[in-house]
Amino acid sequence: MGSPTPAGEGSPGASVATNTSPGLKAPTRRGTELVMLSFAAGLVTLALILVELNQERSLSMRILYLGLAYLGLFACAHLAVRRWAPYADPAILPCVALLNGLGLVVIHRIDLALEGTVFPDGSVWDPVAFKQVIWTAIGLLLFAATLKFLTDHRMLARFGYTFGLVGLVALLLPGVLPGFIAPTINGAKIWLRIGPLSIQPGEFAKILLMVFFAAFLVSKRDLFTTAGRRFLGMDLPRARDLGPLFAAWGVTVAVMVLQKDLGSSLLFFGIVLVLLYVATERAAWVVLGLGLFAGGAVVAWKLFTHVQQRVANWQDPIARYDVIGGGYQISQSLFGLATGGIGGAGLGAGRPEMIPEANTDFITAVIGEELGFVGFAALLLVYMIFALRGLRSAIAVRDSFGKLLGGGLAFAVCFQVFIVVGGVTKLIPMTGITAPFLSYGGSSLLANYILVALLLRISAAARAPQRAAKPKPQQPAIADQHTVMVERPK
Amino acid sequence: MNTPLRRVGMAMMVMILLLLGNATWVQVINADEWRKNAYNRRVLLDEYARKRGLITVADGTVIADVKETTDRLRFLRTYNAGPAYAPVTGYLSVTYGTSGMERAENDLLNGSDDRLLARRISALITGRDPVGGNVQLTLNSKVQQTAYDQLTAKGYTGSVVAIKPDTGEILAMASTPSYDPNLLASHDVNEQAAAWKQLTSKDANDPLVNRATQALYPAGSTLKVVVAAAALADGKNKDAQYTAKGTVKLPNTQTDLPNFNGTPCGPGETVSMETALAKSCNTAFGEMAGQVGANKLRRQAEKFGFNDPDLTVPLAVETSTLGPIPDEAALWQTGIGQRDVQITPLENAVIAATIANNGKRMQPYLVSKVLGPDLKPIDETDPDEVDTAMSTANANALRDMMIQSEINTGGEGRLQNVQVASKTGTAEHGAKPLENNPHAWYIAFAPAQKPEIAIAVIVEDGGDRGLGATGGKVAAPIGRAVMNAYLAGR
Repeated sequence: MGSPTPAGEGSPGASVATNTSPGLKAPTRRGTELVMLSFAAGLVTLALILVELNQERSLSMRILYLGLAYLGLFACAHLAVRRWAPYADPAILPCVALLNGLGLVVIHRIDLALEGTVFPDGSVWDPVAFKQVIWTAIGLLLFAATLKFLTDHRMLARFGYTFGLVGLVALLLPGVLPGFIAPTINGAKIWLRIGPLSIQPGEFAKILLMVFFAAFLVSKRDLFTTAGRRFLGMDLPRARDLGPLFAAWGVTVAVMVLQKDLGSSLLFFGIVLVLLYVATERAAWVVLGLGLFAGGAVVAWKLFTHVQQRVANWQDPIARYDVIGGGYQISQSLFGLATGGIGGAGLGAGRPEMIPEANTDFITAVIGEELGFVGFAALLLVYMIFALRGLRSAIAVRDSFGKLLGGGLAFAVCFQVFIVVGGVTKLIPMTGITAPFLSYGGSSLLANYILVALLLRISAAARAPQRAAKPKPQQPAIADQHTVMVERPK
Repeated sequence: MNTPLRRVGMAMMVMILLLLGNATWVQVINADEWRKNAYNRRVLLDEYARKRGLITVADGTVIADVKETTDRLRFLRTYNAGPAYAPVTGYLSVTYGTSGMERAENDLLNGSDDRLLARRISALITGRDPVGGNVQLTLNSKVQQTAYDQLTAKGYTGSVVAIKPDTGEILAMASTPSYDPNLLASHDVNEQAAAWKQLTSKDANDPLVNRATQALYPAGSTLKVVVAAAALADGKNKDAQYTAKGTVKLPNTQTDLPNFNGTPCGPGETVSMETALAKSCNTAFGEMAGQVGANKLRRQAEKFGFNDPDLTVPLAVETSTLGPIPDEAALWQTGIGQRDVQITPLENAVIAATIANNGKRMQPYLVSKVLGPDLKPIDETDPDEVDTAMSTANANALRDMMIQSEINTGGEGRLQNVQVASKTGTAEHGAKPLENNPHAWYIAFAPAQKPEIAIAVIVEDGGDRGLGATGGKVAAPIGRAVMNAYLAGR
């Protein structure tokens, strides 16, 4: 990780300077962040210009204003970070700004392509780019509010169980509520419809449950590290300690059965596994968890037609091209990606509107088609930078809860990208999940902005110089130290 | 906790690498498979969005043009003088694909040909839309129009091919009944469908077939020039003597092989090869073929271009064959162009052109030049001598015999002041040859001493003369008119 490292790491000299001289402050790198944000805004404006040109619309100063407005929006977010989390990681927000902006451009691009399209059911395409702009603004507000009111991420740990309960209810609610509040859309029952608003509570539940698991695992950490029997060179956990894992597995299966939401259940289970692994440092959990998941997946495949469909579409999309709910969508995605090739068709010059759900689950296929492999790879790398910067903060932060939560949040984004992009490119069966920050959808965007705020809060804690920087006494070498009594684990 | 967090980081990088690897597979390595999939309409739509190249005849007259439209497919293909050129241009249809030159030169016309690579790159840099290259044909508009008019004037079903003997350039390639390719190129799907239905109906008499290259006919008496060439190569000369009987029995059978109307070929027992060819005596040529033998006859035919399954001009050409010759009787029948002899009008024109070109067979071709979108030539076809079918002396001897044949041939429209060398044919066909109207053939070249044009004409089913049709009465006037159109316009 070669990006600017916070003072106190890497070079011992800097560490001494930061911690001992009250006159020198650790660099906040907020200037770097602003420069990178401007760069992202410039890229997004350029992308918008390309789309307008390729769709043969007249260029006007309006685009420049849009670009400036976009920069202004993120400048506000930047100011919020500057004020409430000055030591936050400087690379994370620009990554988000770039992804969100590119998402807006692509959503607008699909709007242009489908403008005036009448669907078989008689409805006319409803442009959504403007709505997504509103959601972005609300998301950034929520982001700023989180930074303002959550002055220390450890505050969250106190409400761990409350969050867990709320999260569980939110996750399972659409599955159990009747159809008029929780309609089935595209085969999945994951929405709540309240008046004109449709929300996906699962997106928020993801974060709530992560907070709960992190808090729970930190407080009960010793319990899980207690060894059970050894088996095949691994320390197996004791049977009664398997409770949380089985609970998570149960929830996963419930989500899959009740809501037919394969993507979310996979994502959720993966996150729990990683949290368990990080907390216990035991590979056994991972092996056990993967075994459970594999078993569950096979059973689900045997029992449920929607799982069988997804697998069959994945194996040979062309053979099921004309089947309803068959391989049409994934085929169109692959056609687009392949036709885009290395350099892409050019933003606004391809035909991504042929892919159903081009502005939500399949938005990465649009980018692959129009920006080509080059743009697609760049997109994946932006996601990777985002996730690795998040993980870096988790490693650098001093408290266990922060480490666990930060690691979980970073992994969640990366794993979600893997699930959706893997599905779109036929690496794994398509499971129907949004691409973080790119896809159209308010719930996903809002939840992800909260996630970013949490990551920035953790990174700020990691990079901020410790307030009570007591001058450390010169420590003698370990060999010269006294032996001390260590308390036996309870 | 940092060690497992670092491992999670590794896992995240592995996930991104897997996605990148898979994207490389889909978008780069295996991209062609998806790009060329029959379901992938992106490529087709792209081709329509690109300005397709023009097809012109030798004098630069445009026969296949493009018009910009306002509908989704940006360019409309239009064919000027459609039916006269349709067998060569073929059609370009969104629903029904392509045929003719539109298919054979598709890559060049749609701009994806490698020879246009440099221009594509420069178009990319300058931001202009890439456009297709142009194809300039060898067709002579006057000769082509005459050929088409001659065939359609009396409603004949048939074909005319004219070749420049010393180069192999195809000067005319007409086939009737023809069709209007504009109807199939229409952007109105219903108009396309109606035209397709009408053109492929039973009563339409296969207008979509280019008879010049796609139809195989019995060669009839025109094959006698090939038999004569084989006999000359075998050491005979024009004075070699053959039977003059009106009717002979086929060897080892009781089947009669009669001359036309059973008339003896001459007053004596025998006649010379020259007289036999001039009077087209079946008995003499049956005997001649018997003396030459199946192997030598076949070899001679191949030197004239028979048995060449790979021939393209660049339209694909059906393979002309002598058919199986199991015994002596079959050999005699083959010698008069009946039995299983199958020949395309193009091949028969090649035979005439080869004799005219002192026995040297030139590769026939339709594309003289390939021009870039800027009309700069990027490729030119050089005349290609593929084989020496006859020695110059033998070719001249055969030419002299064909001059006698022309003198002996009836029919209208004899050329004034120009000596013509020709051979007619009246080919029986079908299960009951005496009840089916025979096909009328005429192959010729002129001027005989310094040939500039060689032609083959076929009129199916006796044209307007029914059972009384002969090559001389039905086909010869057309051939003469076509040659006259070329020679008069020099």
